[in-house]
Order: sequence, then structure tokens, then C-alpha cells
Amino acid sequence: MTLRAEGVSRSAGGRLILDGVDLTPRRGGTTGVLGPNGSGKSTLLRLLAGVLSPARGVVTLDGCPMGELRRRAVAKRVAVVEQQADTQVELTVADVVRLGRVPHRSAWRPGSPEDEEAVATALERTGLTGHAERSWHTLSGGERQRVQVARALAQRPRELLLDEPTNHLDIQHQLDLLALVAALPLTAVVALHDLNLAAMYCDDLLVLRRGRVVARGAPADVLTEELIAHVYRVRADVTPSGPGGRPHIRFLGTLPPSGPEGAPASHEHLA
Amino acid sequence: MRAAARDGLLWAAGLAVLCASVAAAVTIGPAAIGVGDVWSTLASRLGWGTSDLTVLRGEIVWNLRLPRALLAAVCGAGLAVCGAVMQSLLRNPLADPFVLGVSSGASTGAVVVVVLGAGGGALSISGGAFLGAVCSFALVLLLSHTLGGAPDRVVLSGVAAMQLFSALTSFVVMTGADAETTRGVLFWLLGSLGGADWTDVWLCLAVLLAVLVVCLGHGRTLDAFAFGQDAAASLGVSVARTRLILLCATALLTGALVSTAGAIGFVGLVLPHAARALTGPGHGRLLPACALAGAVFLVWADTLARTALDPQEVPVGVVTSLIGVPAFVLVLFRTRRGVGRAS
Repeated sequence: MTLRAEGVSRSAGGRLILDGVDLTPRRGGTTGVLGPNGSGKSTLLRLLAGVLSPARGVVTLDGCPMGELRRRAVAKRVAVVEQQADTQVELTVADVVRLGRVPHRSAWRPGSPEDEEAVATALERTGLTGHAERSWHTLSGGERQRVQVARALAQRPRELLLDEPTNHLDIQHQLDLLALVAALPLTAVVALHDLNLAAMYCDDLLVLRRGRVVARGAPADVLTEELIAHVYRVRADVTPSGPGGRPHIRFLGTLPPSGPEGAPASHEHLA
Repeated sequence: MRAAARDGLLWAAGLAVLCASVAAAVTIGPAAIGVGDVWSTLASRLGWGTSDLTVLRGEIVWNLRLPRALLAAVCGAGLAVCGAVMQSLLRNPLADPFVLGVSSGASTGAVVVVVLGAGGGALSISGGAFLGAVCSFALVLLLSHTLGGAPDRVVLSGVAAMQLFSALTSFVVMTGADAETTRGVLFWLLGSLGGADWTDVWLCLAVLLAVLVVCLGHGRTLDAFAFGQDAAASLGVSVARTRLILLCATALLTGALVSTAGAIGFVGLVLPHAARALTGPGHGRLLPACALAGAVFLVWADTLARTALDPQEVPVGVVTSLIGVPAFVLVLFRTRRGVGRAS
């Protein structure tokens, strides 16, 4: 058992953002959540993190509904890396990574050797050991995301949720970050915009459109020309020429917008 | 372990500086009193011996200067701690203890009692001020809760309440007060420790200690707010509950201090920044450092306020800003981004 969403719905401002979504990420694998802007990717991740609660359906952690768990208990299991994190506080890299120990430490107890070890391991895994004393404000975007991943690892989670973690990074840092995440022995759920990155680094994909799941499965099965046309209204050429025979997508142009209900339902069966 | 020992030594040194400052402040003033006189008065009052000081001088030390210096220390500590908590909780470097409109509400309450005679004599200035503070804080809480409770909504609600109560204060003063009352009110608005007595000291000290314990207990939680509310929530913080507890605690302390000594500005805004430059961002060290630095700062600022233009007294709020601003600019200059932390 692990983290699991069952038929979750959530609306905001009178609009249904998520409509009955199921997700059971494969244990130890990397699951990509795809979909256009406003399709509900971020909301799904926030529900999985327990930061939001679903209007209908339930998110469970080891079979126990999120709502019945203490926030701290959740934070010891599930760590979150946001799209872009920033602060006005003067923090060093080590200060930020140490924040990952907040859920493990009670109010009046000083830090334990276990805390220090978790921080050191997290820095080492992310290749930041030599940068521990650098100021957050001197880091590049890629370094900052790396530090946030290190902070998440210091929480010693079993599930890691990342919301479009590569959005503000150059291509090298995008590949770098996702390779790091994919190599971690954690159950990771990553919301992504870039279909080629998703194809390269995810074991499973979940595609959302207007709050509903329209496809799920292995990248080679999900990322087809038809699906991309249906979900993104974009013409694409998909070939199995990516690394390891994974799909590679070449975009050719946009398609006219579909009607409000999105006429072709040819891919619903994939869900 | 070594770091902890060094920290302990630093705290002991800080406390020693604070005690020495209070003792020195008591000796400064129109009546010549030495440090030895302070000790002997203290000893005799606490029953450890007899004092050879005249009754009058003993009274000056025990009932005028000592409570005033101690109240200055308590106010300075409280305002600095409240400022630090507000800045972290609201993620706003411009936040101070008065950002929730507590001081404006207190001013209105005080003015209503002084000028309009509300309460029919049963209500003291402090009592009226505290009631006013509670009203304005309740308004801010209600307003910010209705608006969703995000930090910027809290700040905007505070600004709205501040404007409203300032306008009410001006209205009451302009329409109802004579020149002498206006001067008295103005003096109170700018902050003054002149009326300090032992009741004030004990009351404010009790509130300070209680609120300090609550805030220190939330020290790590406050650390977790560095990257915002969602980040704090994903680190296991119950954001809404923490915010309510800390807002109420700091509003209570600010309300108590403002009702006693008026709205002494600047301490709560600037000392947290100065303290942060010394201790780094962790609240476990920052909050006690704020308390010590604020206490020492206000003891000396008040000493200057009552002696600089002797026999006239300058409102302590004026002094805190006059000497505080250059100090603040220096701190900002030394902690420019990229230059690194001053340590």
C-alpha cells in the first residue's frame, strides 16, 4: 500500500477542477501527470500532499484517509517540491535542507544526530555537499530546485510529489533534475509540461484533460499522435526514437480548438 | 555540544548586559544616585540588609527609576519579539507589532476615555486602550478570515483597521479635546514610559513570559514558513491553527504593552532585522536574541529620552526612531545580499 487517490473531485470558484480522478502510483516508480494548463495537475498533487482535501472521493496513505492523519505524520511520509520556491529570509543551503527535519522534531527538543545524518545524506545524494554554506540568494534556478529536492529528501519520505519542477530551468538542469528524481528509490509523482521529458523519465503516465483522466499507462502506449491532438490540440509526429526506444515527439503545429465537450472520444478507452 | 555551550555563554553574557544596563539606567537622572545606592536599595527592599540611603532617594530608586527601567526592558523585549514573529508569519519584512492595527485601536480607546470620559472614571487610560486594542484586533481577525486568511489579506486588513482607528482618534481629539488634553494625548500616542509603576511591570512581564514561551514553542514552525504557507503545510504545519495562535499571542502582548506605554514605534520593526543579522534565521535563537536586544535598546533609549532635554522629557518613540534609523541603515548596509551574513 502507498499513496492513493480514489475518485477525487475538487472545485474552485464554481468550476470543477478535478472530476473523479483515480491514481495509484507504482511503488518505487516515477509517475508523470500530464495535461494542458488548467487540467487539474497541480490540484491533484495538492490533494495527494494532503494540503487540500477533496470535495468527493478520498486520498489514502497506507489505506488510511488523509483527513484522519496528523499533518506531521503525513509530512514524514510525503514530501513536496513546488514549481518555484523563493524566500526573503537569508538562508544557507544547509538551512533550507534542515527545514526537511521540521516534521521529525518536536518543539522543545534539540536536533538529534539522526537529523544531522539525514541532512548530510540528502546533500550528498543531490551533489550539494560542497555548497552547504552558500546563501540561497546566490543560487541559480537549477541549484535552487536541487536544494528543494535535498530538503524533500531530508524529510526521509517514501513518496515525493513534484509540481512542474523543471519549469524555470535550462535544458541541462531539466534533464539533470528528472534523472535525479527517477533514480531515487522513492515513489515519485511529477506534474510535467514537457512531453519528451515525461517520455524519457517516467515509468507511467496519467493524462488529464479538464479535470478528467483521458489516458494512463506506459509512455509508449499513452503518447500517441491522436492523444496529443485530442488533449493539447496540437499536431505531432511521434516516433520510437527516444532514449531506450521511448517515444519522441516532434510538434508540427496547432489544430483548431475543439468544442466545449471535446468531440473525439476515441481515447477514453485508454483510461 | 560545543555550539550549545557557546550559545549558553552568549545568552548569559546578554543577560548580564541587560542587568548592567538596567542598573546603569537607574543611576542616571537629576538626582545623583550611584550603582552602590541601587544595590543597597534593592538589598534592603528584598530584606537582605539595610540601606543607608535617605527615604526620598530610596523612593526614587524603588518607585520611579527601577520600575521605569524594567518596564522599558519588558516593552523593548516584547515589541521586538512580536515584530520578529509578525515578519516571519506574514512573510513581510515591513511587518511590525502594530501591523494588525492593535496600536491604533489602543489609541482610540485611550482617547475615548481621556477626552470623552467614557467609562465614567471606572475605566483607566490603560483599560480603555486595551479594550480598543481588542476591538481593532477582532476586526482585523474577522476581516482577514473572511478574505481567506492569506498573509497579504491579514496585512491589508491590518492597514484598513489602522486607518479607521487613526481617523477615529483624530476625530475625537479634534472635536472634543482642549489644547492641554491634546498635548497629553499626543505624548501618550508617541509612547512614554513615564507613568511606570510596579503593577505595570509585573503585568507586562507576565504577559511577555507567557507569549515568549508560546512563540519559542512555535520556533521551528515559524522556520517552516520561510517558503510560504503551502511549503509550511507540506512540512507538517497546521497553517491556520498556527497562524491563529501566533496572531492572538502577539496581539495580546502588543495590546498589553501599548496600553501601558503607548505605541513606541521602530523597536518592533527594526530590531528583529538587526538580531537576524547576528543570529541567522532560526527562530530558536532569533526570538531570545530579539528579546535581549530589544530590552537593552529600549532601556537606553528611554534613559536618553528622559535626560537629553532635562527637565523636559522627549517621547521615547521619538528617540527610538532618531537613533534607530541610522543604526538600521548600517545593519542593512552590512547585510547586503550577496555580501553574506554578518557574523
